[in-house]
Amino acid sequence: MQYAHDPALLLARFQFAFTVGVHIIFPAFSIGLAAYLAVLEGLWLRTGRPVFLDLYRYWIKVFSIVFGMGVVSGLVMSYEFGTNWSIFSKKAGPITGVLLSYEVMTAFFLEAGFLGVMLFGMNRVGRGLHFAATCCVSVGTLISMTWILSSNSWMQTPRGYTIDPATGRFMPADWLAIIFNPSFPFRLVHMGLAAFLSVAFIVGATGAWHMLKARKAGKISSEPVRVMFSMAMWMAAIVAPLQILAGDAHGLNTLKYQPVKIAAMEGDWVSEDHAPELLFGIPNMKTEHTDYAIKLPLAGSLILTHSLNGRVPGMKDFPRDQRPPSPVIFFSFRIMVALGMLMMLVGLWSLWLRRNSTLFTNPVFHRVALCMAPAGFLALLCGWVTTEVGRQPWTVYGLLRTSDSVSPVALSSMAFSMTAFVVVYVLVFGSGMGILVRMLGRAPQEGEHETPPSHASGILATSMHPGVIDPSTGKGA
Amino acid sequence: MMDFVYWLPIIWAVILVAAISIYVVLDGFDLGIGMLFALERHPDRRDVMVNTIAPVWDGNETWMVLGGAVLYGVFPGAYATLLPAFYLPIILMLLALIFRGVAFEFRVMTRGTGREGLWNTGFMAGSAMAAFCQGTILGGVVQGIRVVDGAFAGGPFDWLTPFSILCGLSVMCGYALLGATWLIWRTTGVLEESCRRWAARLAVGLFIGIVAVSLWTPLLHAPYLRRWTDWPNILFVAPVPVLTVVLGALFVMGLRRGHSKGPFLCALGWFFLCLSGLGITVWPYAVPPGLTLWDVSSPPSSQFFQLIGTAILLPVILTYTIYSYHVFRGKVTETDGYH
Repeated sequence: MQYAHDPALLLARFQFAFTVGVHIIFPAFSIGLAAYLAVLEGLWLRTGRPVFLDLYRYWIKVFSIVFGMGVVSGLVMSYEFGTNWSIFSKKAGPITGVLLSYEVMTAFFLEAGFLGVMLFGMNRVGRGLHFAATCCVSVGTLISMTWILSSNSWMQTPRGYTIDPATGRFMPADWLAIIFNPSFPFRLVHMGLAAFLSVAFIVGATGAWHMLKARKAGKISSEPVRVMFSMAMWMAAIVAPLQILAGDAHGLNTLKYQPVKIAAMEGDWVSEDHAPELLFGIPNMKTEHTDYAIKLPLAGSLILTHSLNGRVPGMKDFPRDQRPPSPVIFFSFRIMVALGMLMMLVGLWSLWLRRNSTLFTNPVFHRVALCMAPAGFLALLCGWVTTEVGRQPWTVYGLLRTSDSVSPVALSSMAFSMTAFVVVYVLVFGSGMGILVRMLGRAPQEGEHETPPSHASGILATSMHPGVIDPSTGKGA
Repeated sequence: MMDFVYWLPIIWAVILVAAISIYVVLDGFDLGIGMLFALERHPDRRDVMVNTIAPVWDGNETWMVLGGAVLYGVFPGAYATLLPAFYLPIILMLLALIFRGVAFEFRVMTRGTGREGLWNTGFMAGSAMAAFCQGTILGGVVQGIRVVDGAFAGGPFDWLTPFSILCGLSVMCGYALLGATWLIWRTTGVLEESCRRWAARLAVGLFIGIVAVSLWTPLLHAPYLRRWTDWPNILFVAPVPVLTVVLGALFVMGLRRGHSKGPFLCALGWFFLCLSGLGITVWPYAVPPGLTLWDVSSPPSSQFFQLIGTAILLPVILTYTIYSYHVFRGKVTETDGYH
């Protein structure tokens, strides 16, 4: 622990947290949106209703931006393990590196290989093959999530390895035990639902915005807007409650395998039966006390053990140098839970309005849905902070310390790269957000363009397809 | 079993070199097209240039992710030594690739807002910077890395030498050549004609680069020199320079006679020979001059498990990658609106 405040280590951690924190948004967005696009295209093929094609074309433009940002920010991640955590890579690479390679081969290539067809190929391959391409991309995003969460979960609950005494390397002994480690199924379900929920709230907020705008202009909102709002609210109503169940199950799993993480999330210092739940408080790592605590009697035991007299761990059960920083995850966890509850309430409210046939006419609800746009992603980031910061001070839980994982890179290099990452990410991803907001500020049209005309002209309108009309100019190509 | 343990890293070295080669040629023409933005200022023709690669660039860049992942999973010792050693050029390359990657969409989405220029510049400068960094990293590996106890023990600027800068410039020139010859194949009219002119000059630049790097490399370490001059090695390595010259002749012919694919294939051939030459030079080291493939490889169980997946998946990947290129085959033309 004497290295814990080494500035190079802190910079390596901040840099990794920052880059992965920005990155995680885009794959989660892609996972949810690719599935949504596959559903839309499937519905269009099945029903023939043009509204589904309009929505498909509207959201695929968003997808192309989001996916591109995911690719470039993800490329950084695949090298950052080595640049920032070379000792970790060397010791755990025989396991995590192999899982990452499987992710690349089963998922990244699949996504990238069919993305081109999905974005530009509608006129070249026909409807059936195009739908297959959309499904491949969607399945690719799900496979990708599966591998990376398996790898991440292995770092949380390592299984199926031996440690080579000479080099300290993790040697794979049982690949099935490695891949299906104890926390993996819970993390996978929790993250998958989070991705769907995040996108549902983005789609819902976009619909809400256009309904509010139409209302202000004294018009009735268009069919695509209503359909996407309705679909998003179905997702919220169904997935948000499921997510709370999944989160509860994940919590029980964490209690079993990482009790000190739970203690730090809850700000509990002393292990006790009949434990209260802290609604608020400021955990103090030095005095080993949670100040200004507001307690709800018995709720801690009830939530964590599903019984009123269940035993809940406290941080004092564990040595000081094995406790994660409670003040961070105490709050990140509570923000996540609060947002989850809010999302569920919005979902239930939508059911009520649907019953009264006022889903498309209640402006208060539309304003709330608009404000909830970032709720899913914020909750996802808070959950990620909780589980990753809660893993500290380890990279491989209980086996390899973060302070023993860091690369021998000069502090000046780290400081330079940290600055460069912040500047570039703010510029690039800030611009990307601006572009996305502008795109979503434009309502989906009936007869939506396939892609922005200037973009696709060369690809779509080739000599092979003389009949294709460029929608911007109305001229044939 | 001993034999198998001996051969596994060799099989993986071949796969890794193949993945890197595929990356270099595929993303090479992508990055080259980015650099050619410096020569082609017309917005419509720039759109055509980008549109020739828009459907495939994601897949092309994935080969680089595969390279990183294979290095991480199969040669973690090399991954953990090379990445800290090339910390700055790798970070710069990644940042450059970010600019380049998002510019595909952003330059179109910001059209008419006054910011399009920023993303066109980002596309061009990002491509140039990424190419330069890749060249210097390659040069840096060849010139060697200070390693103590299996870990990088040098300074943050060890990689920056006249040799690595020469390699960086050569790779820039080579990628631009790949880009120009790709556009000769995939476009028509004014753009194709311009590319024929550029390709001729870039080929001269690359040829000078190849000769300079080839003469310089054997002087870096004594074993490199012996590899290329000792009998009977020389019998096996002699075809490399000879073929380089033959391809050069074919290239000039293809360019003069208006062949559309020929120049691109010759440029690919040059890259293949250069990478083979580098492989012959540094073999059997993964991190010259101290660490061999076997020093840096992961346990056989890791290599074997990954090999099974690769043997099944790589042919599938290649199949649908070829399919994707096939879907978007043919010349890309400017819209009627332009004429």
